[in-house]
Amino acid sequence: MELKHFIDTQDFSKKELLDLIELIRMIKSADKQGATPRLLPDASLAMLFEEPSTRTRISFELAAKRLSADTLNISASASSLSKGESVLDTARNIEAMNVDMIVVRHKSAGVPKILADHLSSSIINAGDGCRAHPTQALLDMFTIREKLGRIEGLKVGIIGDILHSRVARSNIVGLTKMGAQVTVCGPSTLIPIGIEQMGARKTYCVDDVVAESDVLIFLRLQRERQEEQFLPSIREYAQVFGVGPERLKKAKKNVVIMHPGPTNRGVELTAEVADDPRSVILDQVTNGVAVRMAVLYLLAGAQR
Amino acid sequence: MSLLIKNAVIVNADGEKKASQDILIKGSTIEKIGKDLSADGVKVVDASGKKVLPGFIDLHCHLREPGQEHKETIETGCRAAVKGGFTSLFCMPNTRPPIDNGMIVEGVIKEARRVGLANVYPVGAISKGQNSQEMVDMYEMKAAGCLALSDDGKAVNNSQLMLLALRYADMVGLLLMEHCQDPLISGKGVMNEGLTASVLGMRGDPGVSETVIVGRDIELANYVQARIHLSHISLKRSCELIRFAKSQGVRVTAEACPHHFTLTDEAVKGFDPNTKVNPPLRTADDVEAIKAALADGTLDCVSTDHAPHTLEDKEEGFDHAPFGISGFETAFGLCVTHLVRTKVLTLAGLVDKMCQSPARIAGLKNKGRIEEGADADLVIVDTEAEWEVRKEDFVSKGKNSPFFGWKLHGLVEKTICGGKVVFER
Repeated sequence: MELKHFIDTQDFSKKELLDLIELIRMIKSADKQGATPRLLPDASLAMLFEEPSTRTRISFELAAKRLSADTLNISASASSLSKGESVLDTARNIEAMNVDMIVVRHKSAGVPKILADHLSSSIINAGDGCRAHPTQALLDMFTIREKLGRIEGLKVGIIGDILHSRVARSNIVGLTKMGAQVTVCGPSTLIPIGIEQMGARKTYCVDDVVAESDVLIFLRLQRERQEEQFLPSIREYAQVFGVGPERLKKAKKNVVIMHPGPTNRGVELTAEVADDPRSVILDQVTNGVAVRMAVLYLLAGAQR
Repeated sequence: MSLLIKNAVIVNADGEKKASQDILIKGSTIEKIGKDLSADGVKVVDASGKKVLPGFIDLHCHLREPGQEHKETIETGCRAAVKGGFTSLFCMPNTRPPIDNGMIVEGVIKEARRVGLANVYPVGAISKGQNSQEMVDMYEMKAAGCLALSDDGKAVNNSQLMLLALRYADMVGLLLMEHCQDPLISGKGVMNEGLTASVLGMRGDPGVSETVIVGRDIELANYVQARIHLSHISLKRSCELIRFAKSQGVRVTAEACPHHFTLTDEAVKGFDPNTKVNPPLRTADDVEAIKAALADGTLDCVSTDHAPHTLEDKEEGFDHAPFGISGFETAFGLCVTHLVRTKVLTLAGLVDKMCQSPARIAGLKNKGRIEEGADADLVIVDTEAEWEVRKEDFVSKGKNSPFFGWKLHGLVEKTICGGKVVFER
C-alpha cells in the first residue's frame, strides 16, 4: 500500500485497514523488543497544531523519533498563525524549507484536505474540527482487535457528545467498514442529524448500550465547541448519561472500556470505571505510538 | 370508600347517553356503569335531571404558590377549581421562585395532596429562572412529576434555545407549552393594538406579537418533529396558522380561554382593570374565529388561564394593573352559554374540549372519559340552570373577573375527584 496523505478513514478499504492493523502489530512487536528499524533517517516532519493536544502530538513526535526522523513543532500561539497568517500560507512556508510531512490539527473541518490539495508534502490529519481523527480511529480499531481478536460482528457503543466528536465520526466510518455494529448514545441535542444514514444506530438509553456492547467508547463533553445551550447542566448529564460502577454492573463481563481522552472523570464516566480492570484507556495511548509509526512509515515510502 | 351515582345521564366526548345509568365508584376508580346498580354500605348520590360529565381538565392556570399566597394558594385555588368543575389542574411555573427544579415540583404536588381536592400537575419552567438562557434539568423535572414545561408569562424569546429545548424535551418525554407573545414586540402594551386602544390612548400590544411566536414554534416543532402545545390562542390569524400546520401534519395542539371567545377589546372602554389580560382581548372578528376554530378542531381544548390577583393589585389603574382574569368559577357557564347554547359545540363537543382532548394532550391515560376502569373524576352539572356571576360568590382569592353581573347557563352541582365528593352546591 502506497500512501501520499493520511486524511480520512473513509479513504481506506477494509482490506487496507486490515493491512494497516497488521503493520501496526509488527511495528509494535519489534518496538517492544527494542528492535525498531530506523526507517526514516532522512525524513523531516513538521507538526502544525492549531488546537491543544497532549496524546496525539506527543505520540507523533515519539513515533517520528523512534524512526529517526527530524521533528519540528509549530503551535498556533508560537507561530505566525497568531499574527494573522493563513494556515495554508504557514504550511507553504514550512514546505519551502523542504519538510517531507506535515501533521496538522485544526479547529476547522477540511483544513488537512485543503493543504493536501495545495502542497506536495504529505499531509497527516491529526484531527480537523468535528470531522475526522483517522489515526485515533485506527488506534481504537487496533486496540479492539488486540483485546478481542476481531472487530467483525462486535457491538460498539459510543457514549457522549457525538455532535462535536471527530473521534466518533472516524470510528463510525472505520468500525462499520470492519463489520462492527456501532450504536451512539447521548442527549438528543448532541447527536448529529442523519446519524443512521452514517451507519450508526442511535439510542438515548445509556443502560441499554452499556448492557449490549462488547466495546464502550466514552467521549467527553466538548464544552469548548459548545457555544449554545445544548444541555441543561453537567449535573443532569452526569446523572442521565454518565456511567459509574452501578451502571457498569449491567455490562458484559469482558467488555472493553475505551476513551480517546482527555477524560472528565465524574462526568461521562467515574474514576471507578476509568480505572476498572477492563479499561484499556492507557493501552490506547501506548498503541498510539505504534499506529503513528506505521502511518509515517507508509507515507515516507510515498515520499521516496 | 364507595360511591354510587344513580340516574346519571353520562356525557362523554363521543356523545350523550340517551338513557340514564348508574355509576359505581370503588376507591378512586369507576368500577361499574349499568342499569339499576346497587351496593351495600355505599353513599348514594342521585343525579336525576342532571348530566354527569368527566371532571374538567385545565391545561393552563395559575395557583400562585409558592411566593404569591396573597393572590391565591394551592388550597384556595383548588377550592375555586372544583367549584368550577375542574378536577385536574396544570398550574403554571411563574411562581416566586419559579417552578424550575425538582424540589419545587415536589413541594407543589405535596401541598396539593395535603389539600386533597383536585389533581395538580405542576408545569415546570422551560428555562432556569424563566430567563430564556439555560434549559431546566428536564429529566429531574420529569422524575419529580412534571408532564409539561412552559415559560408561561412570556414566550421563550431565544429561538435557538427553543429549538434545542424541543429536541431535548422530545427525548425526555415532556410536552412543551408556549405562551405565544414576543416580549419585544409586545413591549409595554396593555391592550390589543387597534382602533379601541388608539381611541382610549392606551399603549397597544400588536397581534403580530402572538402570531410570530405561533409561526416560529410551528416551524420549530415541524423541523424537530416534536410536539408543541400553544397556550391561550387569541387571534384569527393564529388559528389560520395552526389550521395550516395541522393540515401539514405538524404535531401542534392549541387551546383557547373563555374570555377570548366572549369579550372583545371594546370591553376595555370602561377601564375595568379586570379586562386587562395577556394575551389581550381582541376584536369581534377574532372572537368569531376562535369559536370557529374550536368547532372545527383547530383549537383542541378550552383552558381557563385562571390568573388570580388581589383587588389591591388591580387598583393601580389600567396601565399599572397586572394582567389576568380569575377564571375557574365562570369557565363552564361561559362555555355552555356561549358555545353550547349558541350551537358552536354540542355538549359532547364541549366535553371533548374540557376533558378528553386535554387528557390526550397531557397524556393522562385514565382521565377525560367516564368508563369502567377510568379514574373517578366526575362532575354533575345542570346545563339549563341560569345563574348570575357575583363577586361575593367567588371562593378564589382572585375576585378579578370581568364577568360580574353576567347571567350564565350551566351550573356545577357536584364535583367528584378520585371518588370523593370535593364540591357540592
